[in-house]
Amino acid sequence: MEPILQVQHLTHTYGVDTPFERSAVEDMNFDIQDGEFVGIIGHTGSGKSTLIQHLNGLLKPTSGRILFSGRDIWAQPKKIRDVRFQVGLVFQYPEYQLFEETVYKDIAFGPANMGKTGAELDRCIRNAAEFVGLQPQYLDRSPFELSGGQKRRVALAGVIAMEPRVLVLDEPSAGLDPEGRESLLRNIRDYHHKTGGTVILVSHSMEEIARNVDRILVLKSAHVLMDGAPGEVFSRSEELLAAGLDVPQITRVAMALRRRGVLVSPAVYTVEELERELLALRKGGAGC
Amino acid sequence: MLKDITLGQYFPGNTPAHRLDPRTKLLLVVLYIVGVFSAKFVISYGVMILTLIVCARISKVGARAMLRGLKPVLIIIIFTGLLNMFFTPGDPLLSFWIFHISRQGLRLAVFMVLRIMLLITGTFLLTYTTSPIRLTDGLEQLLNWMKRIHVPVHELAMMMSIALRFIPTLIEETDKIMSAQKARGADFESGNLFQRARAMLPILVPLFISAFRRADELAVAMECRCYHGGEGRTKLSPLRYAGRDYFALAAGVCLTAGVMVLGYFGF
Repeated sequence: MEPILQVQHLTHTYGVDTPFERSAVEDMNFDIQDGEFVGIIGHTGSGKSTLIQHLNGLLKPTSGRILFSGRDIWAQPKKIRDVRFQVGLVFQYPEYQLFEETVYKDIAFGPANMGKTGAELDRCIRNAAEFVGLQPQYLDRSPFELSGGQKRRVALAGVIAMEPRVLVLDEPSAGLDPEGRESLLRNIRDYHHKTGGTVILVSHSMEEIARNVDRILVLKSAHVLMDGAPGEVFSRSEELLAAGLDVPQITRVAMALRRRGVLVSPAVYTVEELERELLALRKGGAGC
Repeated sequence: MLKDITLGQYFPGNTPAHRLDPRTKLLLVVLYIVGVFSAKFVISYGVMILTLIVCARISKVGARAMLRGLKPVLIIIIFTGLLNMFFTPGDPLLSFWIFHISRQGLRLAVFMVLRIMLLITGTFLLTYTTSPIRLTDGLEQLLNWMKRIHVPVHELAMMMSIALRFIPTLIEETDKIMSAQKARGADFESGNLFQRARAMLPILVPLFISAFRRADELAVAMECRCYHGGEGRTKLSPLRYAGRDYFALAAGVCLTAGVMVLGYFGF
C-alpha cells in the first residue's frame, strides 16, 4: 500500500543569505504508512518542530518534497488548506490558541473552516470532545474558566474535530501533572485504536514514546539518526546515550544488568518484558 | 515574515558614537533638528548633509542601512515633493496641460524632501548607535527635573523599556498563534475588509490574553524583587559624562549656531 506521508530529501534553511543562515532540517527521508503510530524524538533544536510544520504545509521546504497519499502537497499552493485539514497539527501548549466564548464554538473553528455545517458539524464536535475525554457539560462553558489540562483537551479536540487522516502532536503532555499526562496519552492511544488513523507523536520523553508508539524516528542535529521499532531503537541504547538522548529507565536497568553479566536482551523497554526475560533466564539456569 | 520588522533597530558596535553618553546623543539630536529647521539655503543644507555623513561615518553605519530607514515614509516624502512642486505659485519654469512647475516650487520641493530625509536619517542614527536600554536610561536622566512638577519620569521610562523588551516576544507569539490557527484552516488572505478583520479575531484574542498573563507574571516577579518605583533606586552602571561628551556637545552647539547664522545671512 502507498504510504500516507512521504518525506523526500527535505531540507529547510532559515535565514538564507544572512549571517544567521542555518539548516534546521537537512536531507531527511522517510515514509509513514497509513495507520501507523510514530514517535519522533530529539533534542531541542534537532529539527522536530521544523519537520512537523512541513507535514501540513505551514512551512515550505527549501528543497525536497512532501507527498501526501502520493501527491506533492505544494503542487497546488492554493489548495494547501486542504492538506492542513487532512494532516491535523497540534502545537506545543495549544491551550494558548483558544479564543472563542464557549468550548463548543472553539472546537467548531476547524471543521467550520472546512465548510461543515449543521448536524455534521455537531457530530464532529461531540465526537472529538468524547475522544479527548471532555464531558458534554463542558461544551457550553467558556474555555478560559477551565483548568490547564482541560484547556489542552479542548485545543486537542479542536484539531481532532477536523477528522484528519494524520494527527501530529507536538509535546502534547508537556507541563501536565503525571496523572493528566497518563490520561491524555491514554486518550490518544484510544483515538488511534478506534479511528485507525495515523498518529505522529513528538516528544522528548523516551518513556512516553516507548510506551505508546510502533515506530520511533530519532532526530539529531537536522538528520534522522535512527528509524525503527522501539525494540530496535533501544537495543542501540549506547548510541542514544552518546547522542545525548535519554533511554527508558527499564532499558537502563537492563544495561546495568548486562554490565554485571546478566545477559538480558538489550532491547527491553517495559517492566513486563524485563520480567519475562529475567524469569526465562532463571528457568534456563543461566545467569550470574 | 513578521520577524523582519525593525523598530528603531540597534546595531551593536564599539565606535566613538556608540560610546557617547545617551544623554549627549539625545541632546545632539535636538540640536541637529534645530539645525535642519534653521537651514534655509544651499550652503546651510550642505553643511547639515555633511554633518550627517560625517556622523554616519563615525558610527560606521552604511549608506544602505541609513536609507532603509526611509522606506516606511517613502510615500510621505514623494507626496511632499509632488505637492510642493506643483502647487507653489511663482515664476513658471515648465508647464504642460494643467500642471505648472515654478522655480520657487521646485526649490521648495527639493528642500522639503531633503529636510524630511535629514530629519529621519539623523534620528535613526541615534537608535542605530544606542541600545534601547541606554536610550531610556538617558531619557530618564534628562527628564529628571520634571519630577518636581510631578511627572512620573522613572515610571514612564520603565514602561518604555518594558515595552521595547516585549516587542520581539510578542512578535514571536503572534507568529506562533498564526501558525496554530492556520493549522485549523484559518484564512487570513482572502475575503473583503470586514471578513479579514473578523479573521484576525482568532489571533488577537489569544494574543491579548497572553500579553495580560505576561504582564501579571512580570508584575509578580518585580514585586518579588522588591521593586517599588524609582525612589532611592541606584544604578548598576550610572551614566557619567566624559571628555568626549563635552567635546561632542560643544561641536553640536557650534554647528547649529553656525547654521542659524548662515540662514540669517541668507546662504
